[in-house]
Amino acid sequence: MQITLTVNGEQITRDVEPRLLLVHFVRDHLGLTGTHWGCDTSNCGTCVLWLDGTPVKSCTVLAVMADGRSVRTVEGLERDGELDPVQQGFFEEHGLQCGFCTPGMMMTARHLLDHNPDPSEAEIREAISGQICRCTGYENIVKAIRWAAEHSGAAEEEVGA
Amino acid sequence: MQVPAAFQYERAKTVDEAIALLERLGPEARLLAGGHSLLPMMKLRLAQPEALVDVNDVAELGGVRLEGNEVRIGAMARHAELLASAVVAEHFRILADAERVIADPIVRNRGTIGGSLCQADPSEDLSAAFAALKATVVIRGPEGERQVPVREFHVGPYQTVVGPAEIVTEVRVPIRPGCGSAYEKVERRVGDWPVTAVGAAIWMEGGSITDAGLGLTAVGAEHFSSPRAEDLLKGKIPTDELIDEAGKAASEDCNPTSDQRGPADYKRHLAGELTRRALRRAISATRGQEA
Repeated sequence: MQITLTVNGEQITRDVEPRLLLVHFVRDHLGLTGTHWGCDTSNCGTCVLWLDGTPVKSCTVLAVMADGRSVRTVEGLERDGELDPVQQGFFEEHGLQCGFCTPGMMMTARHLLDHNPDPSEAEIREAISGQICRCTGYENIVKAIRWAAEHSGAAEEEVGA
Repeated sequence: MQVPAAFQYERAKTVDEAIALLERLGPEARLLAGGHSLLPMMKLRLAQPEALVDVNDVAELGGVRLEGNEVRIGAMARHAELLASAVVAEHFRILADAERVIADPIVRNRGTIGGSLCQADPSEDLSAAFAALKATVVIRGPEGERQVPVREFHVGPYQTVVGPAEIVTEVRVPIRPGCGSAYEKVERRVGDWPVTAVGAAIWMEGGSITDAGLGLTAVGAEHFSSPRAEDLLKGKIPTDELIDEAGKAASEDCNPTSDQRGPADYKRHLAGELTRRALRRAISATRGQEA
């Protein structure tokens, strides 16, 4: 069936099978491979993207369920070639090693900061508790998100400099 | 790669439209709410519905609101919505307690209250919480609307009284004065299904218990409740001895089985201990809540 949705601000129409999962739609049909496909059981959280502004595990959403809605993936974080403070934070604080969980972590982090610009460490850990990282022990991910919180707004010039 | 079997996809905008679609598509059609129980089962081919009726666009099924003396929770209200609800936090601590330990924040963004109840997993948390609160489930179908006490809603593991072309529209929880409630869960790791969990709701007047609700999950308690422990509590002044007795009664009023989450005797022990803990918190929460 034909679906029309907005992906990272761009309207897209495609023909898909109803059983196609959203994670495979963005990766295989749209070529947006920044969203990773991990456990396939809504546990690991590497497939997290935004559906109508809310983070969801896209291995447990059908592509057809996104018809008429908006999707934002990790590719939609940067603006005009400038990294989002969350992306910059992961760079500054070494928030990744293998990078597999990173896209999902960043999408959750952006959503958290949009709703709670100055989260405590506990709030950050709660927000990412549905996502698994096997490299960092989470310590640097938490630091990266704190970095983004401290460098949002004023920091954007700094990042650009 | 897990791929569901092929199915027909339809989307409803209203409850009536959803019912009409279910009637037209027949008994092998299923409603698709948050999809966080159904889609994993379809991916494992444990479920192979011929058609799905997506009800995510049905606005009338959403929301958590106060209406008269009831809190009304729409079937499509997400777990995250129930957890964030000020009305729920004020009146039914047990629901916020339970939501905090259901899955994880991202799954809670998607999973729905109605979907959780209709999945009827014998380890589901809200089934126990609503059983403790003696909630009512509203069901609509081609013949009209009916209300079913939540303790008559589940007829067995993964089975409910909801008919083929029927849809759960709402859960209603009556607000009665003097209520305190709490939910206690033991899980192997954060976000897991419970090894055992117990919810308690207590109503007090003049220092004695006028009504009690105990919801148990994952331990094979009939209708997710323990009538024996409830009867013990009613009409009594709460003491440590009474709470102990109620815990003992609850631990005997269930039928846990040994599985990967633990041996049966451990779960029975938990049923007793979590009943005591939930009761202590619920009773202390009634202070200042009496009419």
